[in-house]
Amino acid sequence: MAAETAADPRDDAAARRRIRNRALAIALSVMPFGLSFGAVSVAAGLTLLQTCMLSLVLFSGASQFALVSIVAAGGGLGSALATALLLGTRNGLYATRVADLVRPRGWRRAVAAQVTIDESTAMAIAETEHGYATRAFWTTAALVYTLWNLSTLAGALAGRGLGSLPATGLDAAGPAAFFALIAPRLRVRHLRVTGLVAVALAVTCVPLLPVGSPVVVGGVVAALAVAVARR
Amino acid sequence: MSRLWVAVIIASLGCAALKVSGYVVPSRALQRDAVQRVVEALPVALLSALIAVSTFASGHHLAADSRAVGLAVAVALVLLRAPFLVVVVGACAAAAGAHALHV
Repeated sequence: MAAETAADPRDDAAARRRIRNRALAIALSVMPFGLSFGAVSVAAGLTLLQTCMLSLVLFSGASQFALVSIVAAGGGLGSALATALLLGTRNGLYATRVADLVRPRGWRRAVAAQVTIDESTAMAIAETEHGYATRAFWTTAALVYTLWNLSTLAGALAGRGLGSLPATGLDAAGPAAFFALIAPRLRVRHLRVTGLVAVALAVTCVPLLPVGSPVVVGGVVAALAVAVARR
Repeated sequence: MSRLWVAVIIASLGCAALKVSGYVVPSRALQRDAVQRVVEALPVALLSALIAVSTFASGHHLAADSRAVGLAVAVALVLLRAPFLVVVVGACAAAAGAHALHV
């Protein structure tokens, strides 16, 4: 940590303030997603405890939401788990960056792994040039973890009072949330093509394959095909 | 143990293992170009497929029902740069309205 203190204490204080404010803004921005996840998860049939366990232990929004969506649609466990885990692979890749930039040691490594997600990784990378990767990573991780879990709990409590999925329109919450999540990436041409190929494949597979598996087949084949085509 | 608990526990442990793998596996193995390209494309691919299936599939049948109305509203709101919560609540309200009208 000592290596992260700037020579001038005024610069250091300003940097700490900047990191705290940015991390708080990011953590606040994940709250609507946490609220939606909590409400949809409970409406899909998971208990309050199961819903909160996912946010506490799995702690990766897209994987959690995908798992719940596929289970709610009557999909098999295999497909639900495969989708959640494949969505989690990116965190493994983030971890290689964080391991280089933050260099957690001993028990801190286990904690760092648990909170290695989009937001904490992005902040660590962004603050590296200023020499504050470690502080940015841990501050963002702590704030996002706290607010993600609080918003999940609030959403789950609210969701318990609501009725069935179609009547409340909550069955549209997943697709809406996912589209909002991927929309910025769809500006990149090859990712837009990937998305369209995945949609076409998945829809084609719906009448042919077990419920839930078209998501895995469409997603994996599209990602591999576009990656190979770009070589 | 119920099916849902099995899903919750395996998914949680599996995703934790993936996060840990990045700290344990030599980074050169994971930072290879081919691996990076596939992992970069996976979230967009899987979530696109999931959007399509959870909007248009009922079991093995394809249909455009109240969920499609919700998605259309979500896409419109995203294009209008609405905040995340407005997109989700707007889509749910539209889907609930369409459901009540038996779309």
